Amino acid sequence: MKRYVYINDDESSHDLYCDNRISNRKYTLLNFLPKNLWEQFSRLMNQYFLLIACLQLWPLITPVNPASTWGPLIFIFFVSATKEAWDDYNRYISDKKANEKEVWVVRQGIRKLVRAQNIQVGNILWIQENDELPCDLVLLGTSDPQGVCYIETAALDGETDLKTRIIPPVCMGIDYELLHKIKGVIECPGPDRDIRRFDANLRLFPPFLDNDLCPLTIKNTILQSCYLRNTEWACGVAVYTGNETKLGMCRGIPKPKLTAVDAVIDKLTGAIFVFQIVVVIVLGIAGNVWKDTEARRQWYVHYPMEGPWFELLVIPLRFELLCSIMIPISIKVSLDLVKSLYAKFIDWDYKMIDQETGTPSHAANTAISEDLGQVEYILTDKTGTLTENKMIFRRCCINGIFYGSESGDALKDVELVDAVSSGSADVVRFLTVMAICNTVIPMKSKTGDILYKAQSQDEDALVRAAAQLHLVFFNKNANILEITFHASTIQYEVLETLEFTSDRKKMSVIVKDCQNGRIHLFSKGADEAILPDAYSGQKTRVFVEAVEQYTQLGLRTLCLACRELNEDEYREWSFLFKEASSNLVDREWRIAEVCQMLEHDLEILGVTAIEDRLQDGVPETIETLRKAGINFWMLTGDKQNTAIQIALSCNFISPDPKGQLLSIDGKTEAEVHRSLERVLLTMRITTTEPKDVAFVIDGWALEIALKYYRNAFTELAILTRTAICCRVTPSQKAQLVELLKSCEYRTLAIGDGGNDVRMIQQADIGVGISGREGLQAARAADYSIGKFRFLKRLILVHGRYSYNRTAFLSQYSFYKSLLLCFIQILCLWNQSFQFFQLDGL
Amino acid sequence: MAITGASSSGGAKDGTSDSSSVARRNSKKPKYSRFTQQELPACKPILTPGWVITTFISIGVIFIPIGLASLFASERVVEIIDRYDEDCVPLNYTYNKLAYIQSSETNKTCTKRLIVSKQMKSPVYIYYQLDNFYQNHRRYVKSRSDKQLRSKASEDDTSTCKPEAVTENNSPIVPCGLIAWSLFNDTYGFSVKNKVLEVSKKNIAWKSDQDNKFGSDVYPKNFQSGGLIGGAKLNASIPLSEQEDLIVWMRTAALPTFRKLYGKIETDLEANDEITVVIQNNYNTYSFGGKKRLVLSTTSWIGGKNDFLGVAYLTVGGLCLFLAISFILLYVIKPRPLGDPSYLSWNRGHTS
Repeated sequence: MKRYVYINDDESSHDLYCDNRISNRKYTLLNFLPKNLWEQFSRLMNQYFLLIACLQLWPLITPVNPASTWGPLIFIFFVSATKEAWDDYNRYISDKKANEKEVWVVRQGIRKLVRAQNIQVGNILWIQENDELPCDLVLLGTSDPQGVCYIETAALDGETDLKTRIIPPVCMGIDYELLHKIKGVIECPGPDRDIRRFDANLRLFPPFLDNDLCPLTIKNTILQSCYLRNTEWACGVAVYTGNETKLGMCRGIPKPKLTAVDAVIDKLTGAIFVFQIVVVIVLGIAGNVWKDTEARRQWYVHYPMEGPWFELLVIPLRFELLCSIMIPISIKVSLDLVKSLYAKFIDWDYKMIDQETGTPSHAANTAISEDLGQVEYILTDKTGTLTENKMIFRRCCINGIFYGSESGDALKDVELVDAVSSGSADVVRFLTVMAICNTVIPMKSKTGDILYKAQSQDEDALVRAAAQLHLVFFNKNANILEITFHASTIQYEVLETLEFTSDRKKMSVIVKDCQNGRIHLFSKGADEAILPDAYSGQKTRVFVEAVEQYTQLGLRTLCLACRELNEDEYREWSFLFKEASSNLVDREWRIAEVCQMLEHDLEILGVTAIEDRLQDGVPETIETLRKAGINFWMLTGDKQNTAIQIALSCNFISPDPKGQLLSIDGKTEAEVHRSLERVLLTMRITTTEPKDVAFVIDGWALEIALKYYRNAFTELAILTRTAICCRVTPSQKAQLVELLKSCEYRTLAIGDGGNDVRMIQQADIGVGISGREGLQAARAADYSIGKFRFLKRLILVHGRYSYNRTAFLSQYSFYKSLLLCFIQILCLWNQSFQFFQLDGL
Repeated sequence: MAITGASSSGGAKDGTSDSSSVARRNSKKPKYSRFTQQELPACKPILTPGWVITTFISIGVIFIPIGLASLFASERVVEIIDRYDEDCVPLNYTYNKLAYIQSSETNKTCTKRLIVSKQMKSPVYIYYQLDNFYQNHRRYVKSRSDKQLRSKASEDDTSTCKPEAVTENNSPIVPCGLIAWSLFNDTYGFSVKNKVLEVSKKNIAWKSDQDNKFGSDVYPKNFQSGGLIGGAKLNASIPLSEQEDLIVWMRTAALPTFRKLYGKIETDLEANDEITVVIQNNYNTYSFGGKKRLVLSTTSWIGGKNDFLGVAYLTVGGLCLFLAISFILLYVIKPRPLGDPSYLSWNRGHTS
């Protein structure tokens, strides 16, 4: 369904689309009681207890005081209703806060402060720096003359780096005042949950008429809950509002989770219920027969000759009440009580307090602790969960000389420091590439320190390292970069940025030295992408060795290279590049092709090695948990190589002789199918061997595999103990959890970012790491812990204890009530099936 | 242990307040105690062969003497049981017992002779035993008014007594209800060698019942005056607390076969004495096929004659000893290491 958004049109579309009121509430004041009661009574056990309690109100048949059932029943309902009400009230408060926030909106051509809930589709919004977006916008203008603005999307996908967003080309150059009067129409798809896609067209009305429809992409939008950063203001038109925003659509309603033990208890209860009915029928018939034959002759009982019409029912119903204790009502109360105690034990645990920040672990969901003891699959995020998400520059190899060793980082290596201070040409060039071959934005803070805002943590680490070696990248002004080296300032003009794509596995910048006008191509990228492009004659063997050595240490390596271009060559290429950039079909591929024309005959400068430090105790934790029979899947948005490296360094997969890593890839259905079949075949053969076989799959292949070859992929999932899925989206993560759950496995998802939220909610148990990427995951999760290594204690100590205790308690409850009931039933043989009243109540 | 626990928790408290000056963080950090850290000393016995064998042996060693002692005591109790409901019906009524018992004209007196097999030391307890009599029937057991029995003031409190609550002209029956109405009314007279044996009917009811449950100011009223006569009548001039037969009867039996105390003979009975019992056979058990027995019994420290307790003790003790011995043999012949994980269900596949 398409929607047409008329920009700045105060009349139309008011009733067409919902306003911007956000509502996460489950209940309203009026429907709370019926809805909550309905929900509680949809549990079979509660229905049963209600039936029993109602039967007990009939004094003719009740053997016990009705209060003994009504009391606990009402208490249980009251407690859980109170809890629900409190949760809903908190949601209401946070919704209200978001709805009543005031934002600048253009109304009748004038900018006014309006409550966020009153924003309509088509309204033009003005956002100030550091404001949170109240709804999904299409950008129309920013304070930046080039139409760029920076946003932080942490709440959306968990990535903390700044992203650039650009206004559509047709809006370029429209000045501040005119933006209030802009009119036009945006043709866009109906609300969906894909946060990486927005395929729309924009057409402006006179006087801004443009002949063409202007295509819009996700690059031209800012989505709800992002923050505007480093940009004074931005303005845009609301396209999706309220619960129809991309974030709102993503926000699935978390279903109440039921543990495996709960399921078993429910099944058992059902079985006991059937048994009870059988007993009641048998005893009821026996009782009625006895009454009609024997009891009539017992003069001392004074049986009336004629009974009421329901006489035949009375005895079976009495038996039903008598046998109702077979199903212990106390089990729910006592389980709830002990479960909240388990949760408290987790909260209290001193060994699970993150010493750095002092945050204790927290069990938000108190009902599912025993499932921790039954986990079969752990699906883990990588960055920030296994690693610290803190990149540190460790080693480098410049022109064949290795800096940094076991004893210290390259930054502290005396040789390198000496080389820097002596101004060795190779080293300086290396550092220059480190400092400027990137998309980092330096920012001066108020205290005068330079803060780097980087898309990727690797670039951030490189720039920081260069700065520590006295080559400071301190200013970026439009296309002019400024660096200082030993108190002298050097300026570079950026001519082109050849962006990083996962296919090219490298990025380059073309810069012009402002002093001498020479043009340089600086490249950095993965070894397999850079080293083949070395100029013939350069000995690359030393770099290959360096890469190998660093990879063995679990470091992320990048090769740096450069080439001097002559003016003509650049101009010629530049023309081709512009042409490729404006291409509408296969743009990415064309650009890559053009870039390749320039990125050859490179002079390799060296190799950098960056460590995304694993959190403490990650390999040990994974090893212990795997010994406990738990399977691990790593789901990461990161690229394949990094994922594999990290997996190797944290015992996730074993290196070659012991383990084997199979890869599923392919761009088309057929390729993926072939690759999948091949892996499956290998997997089937190797299941008998004591070998760790794992497979790795990327997001694209996964999409195809899940869509067309679900059965084969499911079989693979069951066969394998370890899997790495890279470049996966949040919804794919959730799909994988769903897949494993559909195979009747108990899954635990652990993550730290907003992109893990859906997976965490989907899994049987969601664990959030209250880490660097904010608290979204921790808030959505059932358990939040400070560090990955606490997972060991959470599962193996708390999970095991909880499982054992719950198992014991529920078994004991059933045993106790069955025992009591059987005593009564056996007694009946001596009691003429008429059973006396219990304790005279 | 308590001391160390207290000091360590105190130390932790100090530590937190020192290390973090921020109050909020301090409140976030849980308090340390051995309970919260699940470090309380706990004991979970591991069932090693040594432990199991020792436990079984000690149970056997304790139980077998107890069993022998109670069996011996039970053996020493002398008991005479005589069923008289059949014998006391005249031959011409054999096929119409109901008519015999319901008729007011027939002679209900019946004489029986009992031989004392062994000497019976006083006191000799006299019981009547009824079979197939459901004093525990729901209708029956509910049909009484404890309040009415306790005090004169609640004489009218007969709501629970149906169908024997009030007379036809709506005045309350005291004591009301089916239980009292069906009071046992056979009587026994004993004599040895033409000498009448005195039967003491004092102190046959529970003291607590006499003192607390049956009022001394409550006198029978309108009792057995209706059209349908159930069982015995009561002397309207004696308060309920003194009507011990009624009190004994009102303490209803849980099982359909039960004995109730009729009285005590305070003299010793010698072996081979012939006791002549004159029975007034009034109570109707014929309509529902119940049996009536007269029981004379002495007691020992375990009560009346009861072999079950001794046999149960002996069985359990013997079984434990047998298990202990077989475990010892198993342990000697085919020992296996304690806590060997290869016996676990998920490891069994690999070893075999």
